[in-house]
Amino acid sequence: MLAIDSLVTKLGIATVLIVLLKMLIVFAVGLVVTMFMVWFERKIVAGMQNRTGPNKAGPFGLLQTLADGMKLIFKEGLMPDRADSTVFRLAPYLAFVPAFLVWTVIPLGGDFANGKDGSIKIFGHRTFVQLADPPVGVLLLLALSGIAVYGIMLAGWSSGSKYPLLGSVRASAQMVSYEAALGLSIASVLLISGTLSTHGIVTGQSSISKWSVIATGVVPFVIFMIAGTAELNRPPFDLVEAEQELVGGFNTEYSAFSFALFFLAEFMNTVTMSGVIVTLFFGGPQPITIHIGSFDYGGWLPFGPLSGTVWFIAKVLVFLYVYVWLRGTLPRLRYDQLMNLGWKVLIPASLGWFLLLAAQRVASDNDWNKWWVSGISLVVLALCAGLLMTAVRVSAKNREREGAMF
Amino acid sequence: MQLFVFICAALMILIGAVGVIVRSHPVHAALSLVLTLFGVAVLFVAQDAHFLAAVQVIVYAGAIVVLFLFVIMLLGVDRAESLRIDPVKVQRPLAVIVGLGLFGLIGGAILEGRKTLIRRGTGLETATEVSHDSNIKQLANDLFSNHVFAFEVTSVLLVIAVVGTVLLARRPGKSGAVASAEELASSATAGKPS
Repeated sequence: MLAIDSLVTKLGIATVLIVLLKMLIVFAVGLVVTMFMVWFERKIVAGMQNRTGPNKAGPFGLLQTLADGMKLIFKEGLMPDRADSTVFRLAPYLAFVPAFLVWTVIPLGGDFANGKDGSIKIFGHRTFVQLADPPVGVLLLLALSGIAVYGIMLAGWSSGSKYPLLGSVRASAQMVSYEAALGLSIASVLLISGTLSTHGIVTGQSSISKWSVIATGVVPFVIFMIAGTAELNRPPFDLVEAEQELVGGFNTEYSAFSFALFFLAEFMNTVTMSGVIVTLFFGGPQPITIHIGSFDYGGWLPFGPLSGTVWFIAKVLVFLYVYVWLRGTLPRLRYDQLMNLGWKVLIPASLGWFLLLAAQRVASDNDWNKWWVSGISLVVLALCAGLLMTAVRVSAKNREREGAMF
Repeated sequence: MQLFVFICAALMILIGAVGVIVRSHPVHAALSLVLTLFGVAVLFVAQDAHFLAAVQVIVYAGAIVVLFLFVIMLLGVDRAESLRIDPVKVQRPLAVIVGLGLFGLIGGAILEGRKTLIRRGTGLETATEVSHDSNIKQLANDLFSNHVFAFEVTSVLLVIAVVGTVLLARRPGKSGAVASAEELASSATAGKPS
């Protein structure tokens, strides 16, 4: 039972109830949050484009998503003649289930004020405010993002129609490519935190200077943010559903409830990716503590056991806004630019930075001179970067001379 | 509980494995393979090998089968193959012989190693007991100290495979497949070659 909750030693009826309660809460909150995320995005983008946005259903148009969802549920589901019926029905669930499962390993709250370990008490049982804390925590996130590719890929293929197929081929190439950069930037965080468990990663970031974003030197965070946006297929990386070229991309042939599932999965992925960024780089539900001179703020908020959750939501909101902001301002990339950025910039950069951090770690373990080690590793990295750039230039030249490959 | 998990996972594995062979459509066969891989991952978790389970899903299900599907989609071989036509005549008898031989070997190995197989490894037994991460730490120690040479050789093998693929996939150019150093230098100084 280690895999379910590290604080649980004996399996009693109370523990089962607690786990069930957590599951229920995570499920309900996940759906409601996604609903408001759609509203949030539409409202912010509308503001950026000098429009009003949804304002009819409910106060400030808050219930617009609910209305849209109801409409989609009651519509007739269509299936193209040439579709592969089993896979066509299966694909939306393959997209939706991984999106939901990411919630299970994200620490959603807890009592971290003044350096506590984040456990809270329910019915006399100590437990963490996260559904599960498996030993492979972060790897589970990577596995789920690997599975999420299937939903999009199979949806496009099984539609038996060419635009969805083009969309899904693009999607799978893009998501598989950017997963490497994503994984390498996560590896930098793991190197600093020394643990794979998401709860462990959050506990380690107990003050702003210990936040991974600073401890790993910002670069992995930037790479993670870019690769994460590509992984989500959000603008400026939304070639998967480029309306001008592909009608609607992989989900062109979907309607009614199965379309709603894709839609939900997409927005839920945005929320969970923000949650993952906050967990990995910004201390998750850890409070922001300030110590300047005699001014000492340990991160206390007047919400009792919910304070951690409030901190978490505040941080996640920042990144949700950033995602909407990116969507509202950046134009879509061209396909070759996308692949070049992924393979020739992000992967080498994240790998190089990871090696740099590893060298620092070895230096501090062996008491070597830090400055010498940093200097030498920077020189080596610069040499490698030069070699790589020369190789890229030479191969580009060769390609130009030999003509197009296909 | 252990038995229940094992039966479920074994059913997943077997259904998937049979599906890979029986389904005539390549995409369905690939999806059955995913089912098998997930079953194996579940068995790994049941044996407290969490890291292996995660890697199994990330590498096999998340990357390799995705590439299979990608190639199937890209090349458009997504139609059912007829089993009547045998492209190579000796293939089927050979396949039967190899299959039986493999079955015999694995069966023999299981019978021979019955005593060691029922005893759980001493390393894995303590793997998750000390702390959350001791499993992965043990693995890393083993991989990067005891077997570091094999590990490096494997990575070299992968690089060779990539280089070989690129060479094979290159269309022999009009002026020869591989440009000489002088040609490169001259084209670099002359700017854009026409």
